[in-house]
Amino acid sequence: MLRFVLRRLALMVPVLVGLSILLFMWIRWLPGDPARALLGERATPEGIAQVNAAYGFDKPLVQQYFTYVKSLLSGDFGNSIKTGQPVVQSFIEKFPATVELSIAALLFAVVIGVPLGYLAARHQGRLLDTVVVSGSLLGVVIPVFFLAILLKLVFATWLHWLPTSLRQDPRMDATHVTNLYVLDGFLTGEWDAAWDAMLHLILPALALGTIPLAIIVRITRASVAEVVNEDYVRTAESKGLSSWTVSRRHIMRNALLPVVTTIGLWAGLLFSGAVLTETVFSFNGVGQYLYEAISGLDYPVLQGFILFIALIYSVINLIVDVSYGVIDPRVRVS
Amino acid sequence: MSALMPSSDPVSAVVVETVDNAPGVSLWRGAWQRLRRNPTAIAGAAIILVFIVVSVAAPLLTSYQPGSTQWSDQVTPTTVPGPSPGHPLGLDRYGSDLYTQLLYGARQSLVYGVVSTALGLTVGTALGVLAGGCGSLGNMLTGRAGRWLRTVDVIVMRVVDILLSIPSLLLAVSIAAILGQNSYSVMIAIGVAQVPIFARLLRGSMLSQGKGDYVLAANALGIRPTRIVVGHVLPNSMGPTIVQATLNLATAIIEVAALSFLGLGQADPAVAEWGRMLVAAQDRFEAAPRLALLPGACIAITALGFTLLGEAMREALDPKSRR
Repeated sequence: MLRFVLRRLALMVPVLVGLSILLFMWIRWLPGDPARALLGERATPEGIAQVNAAYGFDKPLVQQYFTYVKSLLSGDFGNSIKTGQPVVQSFIEKFPATVELSIAALLFAVVIGVPLGYLAARHQGRLLDTVVVSGSLLGVVIPVFFLAILLKLVFATWLHWLPTSLRQDPRMDATHVTNLYVLDGFLTGEWDAAWDAMLHLILPALALGTIPLAIIVRITRASVAEVVNEDYVRTAESKGLSSWTVSRRHIMRNALLPVVTTIGLWAGLLFSGAVLTETVFSFNGVGQYLYEAISGLDYPVLQGFILFIALIYSVINLIVDVSYGVIDPRVRVS
Repeated sequence: MSALMPSSDPVSAVVVETVDNAPGVSLWRGAWQRLRRNPTAIAGAAIILVFIVVSVAAPLLTSYQPGSTQWSDQVTPTTVPGPSPGHPLGLDRYGSDLYTQLLYGARQSLVYGVVSTALGLTVGTALGVLAGGCGSLGNMLTGRAGRWLRTVDVIVMRVVDILLSIPSLLLAVSIAAILGQNSYSVMIAIGVAQVPIFARLLRGSMLSQGKGDYVLAANALGIRPTRIVVGHVLPNSMGPTIVQATLNLATAIIEVAALSFLGLGQADPAVAEWGRMLVAAQDRFEAAPRLALLPGACIAITALGFTLLGEAMREALDPKSRR
């Protein structure tokens, strides 16, 4: 198992190296010269000279690249043009919000999606199946930001059931330990703060979770439908195992393999969706930060971001691969 | 063919036999026959047809120009005039005719979607053919040549992996940042973001087709490996790519709107675009929800059309559903 993990880690290296080369070139492809792009409107001749010296833009390209990688490895991802704050710092501050939102969205998608997909597969061609399949088709085609706007309009603006924006009522004055607001509420025992954070989380999580939900339903349905016809399921049934045991140990364990892979593949989609969802709900996470960076042409932030997110994406896929190995011992061997 | 195969599902076996009545129906002809009888495909094609007709005939369907703000005096900070005899869907917040804006928006979506997907498909297919072709050729040849070819495959796929590790919207955003804010940069950005999807898909299906019995047979007959790959493996691997292209048209249309939503789309106010209409509608929600609902519904319905057709094509081409 350890060898499997190490081999997967080693495979990540070329991807990250390639990505750093790509980003290095990206900064140079930006309109105008790189120092000006990095400094934005505040570019003064001294500032440009300073950045040129710091990043070594006047040195040969290969040497520049190694300086760039060295600064990345030492955790220096540059400073935001707009706020002057280090990108890493803002990212660490805002990342928990996005993690909280993504976990809530995925939880919603998995908890609802897997059982629905299973039920649809066991009742193929019946009304439930038709409803689930057409519903999942609709879920895939509704743009995330449109759904977010709709949910906000109906449940917050018209019905006043849920808050329209932010992560928590600012009047709460809650203590924050991890910046995962719901968890913070539990840790500090401020139950009303946790409850309030949860209420703020519902609409964004629904908006962000709908596409993953639709995809999980479809994959689960297809994969369960294939597994139920396998000989080993018939064998398990005929040797008298309870239907609960058969569905849990024999059907689900095999059928969930593609579902787990899909979740990993769609992690990137979740981030793209988070950018849009957080923008609609003013949910102060990395997504909204990125939106501000895009509209302000804050290139250092964009660059740091792409690197961070690609790194996280690779780590998620590593976790998916490893969990794949845990669920399916055959994977470890091949 | 189906009569010889044991089928666990007698219903589908019967259906398949009536469809596959002629012996030796080719893959594509069989797929076309199944597609024609599939209500999902017909529904999808109907939506796409309406969408195309509307985009092409937009000037005939309305007497106004897109982006014309000639009724802006009727719009106040609190009210946006609703449907009236001259404006079946009312005005938008800038004082343009909403119906006209929606019609011309279809044209934008069609052009953006088709151009960006065509770009992604072309480059992605080229990379996929390079990797998949070298990979399956390499598997047939032994010795140094085979090793070299497999190395080409590995290198191309590493590049694709790198592109895949950046979420497509972020990739599109960074490309749009280089190219500046214009309509070409949106098309290129969304097209490039699709490249890794097509490349990986085509390579995967070429490698799995390369293991087929017919390849072994062709090899045994002494047909040149390059000819096997180009003449047999490649045509047989195109199915999933064509399906994906149809599905990607839906994603591309949604992503164009998403880029607009993030402020990276077409900036010219005279051009109607569904995504930007949604953004503009956001602060007039309570007064006129239709300003957001209608363009949103247009995006979703168009995307649904391409998704339905794509899914039906997948079903028609999938060998498993032909049991």
